[in-house]
Amino acid sequence: MKKPRTMKLSLPEEELVGSGNLACQGCGATLAMRYVLKALGQRTVLCIPACCWSVIDGPFPYSCLGVPVFHCAFETAASTASGVKAGLEMVGDTETTVVAWGGDGGTFDIGIQALSGAAERDDDILYVCYDNEAYMNTGIQRSSATPYGAWTTTTPVKHFKNRPKKDIAAIMAAHRIPYIATGSVAYPEDVYKKAKKAKDTRGTRFLHIYAPCPTGWKSRPEDSIKLARMVVQNCVFPLYEIENGEKYTLNIKVKDKKPIDDYLKLQGRFRHLTPDQIQLMQEEVDRNWQRLLKKTETSG
Amino acid sequence: MKKVIMGNHALSYGAMLARSQVIAAYPITPQTQVVELLSEMCADKTLDARFIKVESEHSAMAACIGASIAGARTFTATSSQGLALMHEMLHWASGGRLPVVMGDINRSMGPGWSIWTDQNDSLSQRDTGWMQYYCASNQEVVDTVIQAFKVSEQLAIPSMVVLDAFALSHTYEVVEIPDQGKVDAYLPPFKPQVRLTPDDPHAFGGLTSPEHYFELRYKLQKDMEKAPSLIEKTGREYEKLFGRYLGLVDDYLCEDAEIILVTSGTAGYTARGAVDDMRKSGIKAGNLRVKVFRPFPFEHIRRIVKNAKKVAVVDRNISYGHHGMFFQEVKSALYGYDNSLPVFGFIAGLGGRDIMPSSFREVVEIALAKDKPEEEIIWIGVKR
Amino acid sequence: MTKKKDAPKIIFKSEKEMPMMPMSIGSMLHNKTGAWRNIRPVIDLQNCIQCGICWKFCPDMSIYIENEFPYVDYDFCKGCGICAEECPVKCIAMVEEEK
Repeated sequence: MKKPRTMKLSLPEEELVGSGNLACQGCGATLAMRYVLKALGQRTVLCIPACCWSVIDGPFPYSCLGVPVFHCAFETAASTASGVKAGLEMVGDTETTVVAWGGDGGTFDIGIQALSGAAERDDDILYVCYDNEAYMNTGIQRSSATPYGAWTTTTPVKHFKNRPKKDIAAIMAAHRIPYIATGSVAYPEDVYKKAKKAKDTRGTRFLHIYAPCPTGWKSRPEDSIKLARMVVQNCVFPLYEIENGEKYTLNIKVKDKKPIDDYLKLQGRFRHLTPDQIQLMQEEVDRNWQRLLKKTETSG
Repeated sequence: MKKVIMGNHALSYGAMLARSQVIAAYPITPQTQVVELLSEMCADKTLDARFIKVESEHSAMAACIGASIAGARTFTATSSQGLALMHEMLHWASGGRLPVVMGDINRSMGPGWSIWTDQNDSLSQRDTGWMQYYCASNQEVVDTVIQAFKVSEQLAIPSMVVLDAFALSHTYEVVEIPDQGKVDAYLPPFKPQVRLTPDDPHAFGGLTSPEHYFELRYKLQKDMEKAPSLIEKTGREYEKLFGRYLGLVDDYLCEDAEIILVTSGTAGYTARGAVDDMRKSGIKAGNLRVKVFRPFPFEHIRRIVKNAKKVAVVDRNISYGHHGMFFQEVKSALYGYDNSLPVFGFIAGLGGRDIMPSSFREVVEIALAKDKPEEEIIWIGVKR
Repeated sequence: MTKKKDAPKIIFKSEKEMPMMPMSIGSMLHNKTGAWRNIRPVIDLQNCIQCGICWKFCPDMSIYIENEFPYVDYDFCKGCGICAEECPVKCIAMVEEEK
C-alpha cells in the first residue's frame, strides 16, 4: 500500500442520515437529504409530508435520521413547519432550524397552497423540495414537475406528459421571499453552501434540488450522479439563486452547453421520443436558458 | 370580574386565560369574532402567543398540529365548511395524540349557503377521535375551554368546544371572567412527555404496519374511556376554585319525570323553560341536556332515564339515510340495558330554523300519544 | 467514520410496551440492506488517489474512511454502482456477488 497522505473531504464527515434506510439503489433523494443535513447540522427538525422520504426514513418504531422528524399529511409540509416554528419559539427554542422536506408532488401540486401561504407570510422556515419529477412513492404518476415528454404511469407513451415543467422557482420568486436556490446532487459542495446560506437567512427560504430516481426514470442506478451533472451542463436544470425575488445569480455559467440528447438517452422514460419531439424539447430548454440569462444580467 | 360578552368572545377569553401559545386560524362566518379578538389580544400583548394567519382551515389545523408537537399549547376555531375542510387533519391530531383545543361554531353545511345553526358539521366529525363539548351559555363556554385544555393535555387527546351559530356565538350574556391567577393554578403550563426537539430526536407518525397500528389505536380508545371520570374530577377541582361545575350532562327535573327530553346546545336551554311550562300543566317532563358528546356519557344517560316511561331525543342534525345522531347514540346506550323503554327521535331546527318552547310541547305530545314510536324519525316544524 | 455499530430489532409483546403515538425509538441500522445486492464494489486501494469522491456520492453512507482510505461497509452497501461509475481513476470494480 502506498504511503497514505491525508484525505481531504470536501464536506464534513459526520452523517445525520444513516444506513439501513429503505431508499432504492442509486436514490438521489437520499443524497439530497445527506448533503442538506450536513450543512444544517443536528439542531434541525424536519416536517416530511407523504413522499419517498416518508418511507426511506424507515417504519415505526425506527428512524434512520439523527434529527427529529414529524411525518405530516401530504399537503401540509409548509403549514406544519410554520406551526412547528411558532411552537418552538414559544417554548423558548429560537435556534433550531425548521425544515419542510417534501417531494415535487407535495410541493408543486397538492402542497402549493400551504407553501404559498407560508411564503406570503414569510414564515421562518426552510422549504426543501427534492425533485424526482413524478409521484414516485405511489408508483411513478405524473406531477406538474414531470418534464415535457416523460413517460409516467398516468402519462403513458401514447399520451406522454405534454405540458412543460412548472417553474416553481419563478412562483416562489413572485412571493419575494429572501432566498431561493436550485441544487443538484452531482454538485454536493454547491448544495452544502446553499443550505448553509439558507440556514443563516431569516424568513421563508426555498431550495429546489434535482434528485434522480432510477426506479421512476428507468435509468441505471449507477448513472444517478451522471444524470444530475448532465442536467446542469445542458441547462435543463441550471444552478442559480434568487434573492428577495429579484436578484438572480447564476452559480455555474455553462460555457459549452450540451444538447439534451445524451441526457435523454440514459433514461427509459424518454425512450419513445421522436427526433421532432426532442427538437421541441431542446428549443424549450434553449428558451428557458435565455430567459434565465437575461434575468441574471438585468438583475446584477 | 363580570363582563357582558358574546359567545364567540367567550371562546377567545377561554383561550386567552388558558395561556394558549400558538393560534392558527382562518376566518369563517360566524366564527370571525373569536379570532379577531384573539388577534387583538396578541397584538396588545394581553396574550403572549403567536397568531399565524393561515390561508385555509386545513392549514390552520396543520399549523396547530405542528405547534403542538413542538410543545406549545394551541387553539383554533372554525365552523361548518371550515371544519369539514379540516377533516383529514382532525384525524392527524387525534392519531398524533396532540391536545389541540378548538372552538366550533355549529353552522349548517352548504349547499345552499347557510350561516345559521345546526349540528351536522361537528357531528360529522364524531368518529375522528376528538372530544366534543356542547355549550348552552357563554359562561359554560369560558369554563369549558379552560377545562378542555386540562383534560386534553392529561389524556393527549384533542377536543372541540361547540357553540350554536348566532343563537350562542352572537348572543351577549353576563359572564364571570375567571381570575387569571386562579386559572394558572388550575391549569399549569403544557409539558408534554415527548415533543419535537433535537435534544431527544424521534420520528413521529411514520409508516405503521398492521403489526402495530391496532395497538396504537387501542391505546387511543382506552385513554378516551378514561375521559368521563377525568372530566368529572377536573370539573370538581374547577368548582372548588370558581364555584361552577360543568359535568357531562345537565339533568333538569329528571328524577320523577315520566317523559325525558334529550337535548343539546341552546335548544337544551329552551327545553328547560318548556319543561317548566309543561310541569305547570301537569305533564311530568324532564330535560337531559348532553354537554359532553365524545366520549359518550353512557353511564349518565342510563342512570338518569332509568325511572322514566318515555324518552324523546331532539336532534338538530341528521345522518342521512339513518336517524338524528344523538338519537342513534342514546338508543345504542340503552340497548341491552332497558329495551322496554320507548325512545322517540325528533328532528328539528336544521339550517337555523328556530326551536321554540312550543316545539318541545309538540314533541312531548306526540311521544305521550303513542306507546312506542311508529316512525323511524319524526320531523318537527317542516312545512309539508 | 468507522464501520457502523449494530442496532436491535424491536419487538413489542404488549401494547403497554408501546409509546402512546407512533414514534421512533430505534435505528434502521438493524436493517442490513447489504442483502439487496447482486453486485458489490471492490476498491483497489493501490490505485486509489484518496479523492473522497466515492465516499461523497454514496447514497447509503456505506463507504467510510479509515486510515485515510475508503472502505465499503458490505452490511449496508446496496450495490448501486455509483462509486464505481464516479471514481475518476476507475479503481472500483463491480463484482458479481457469490451465492
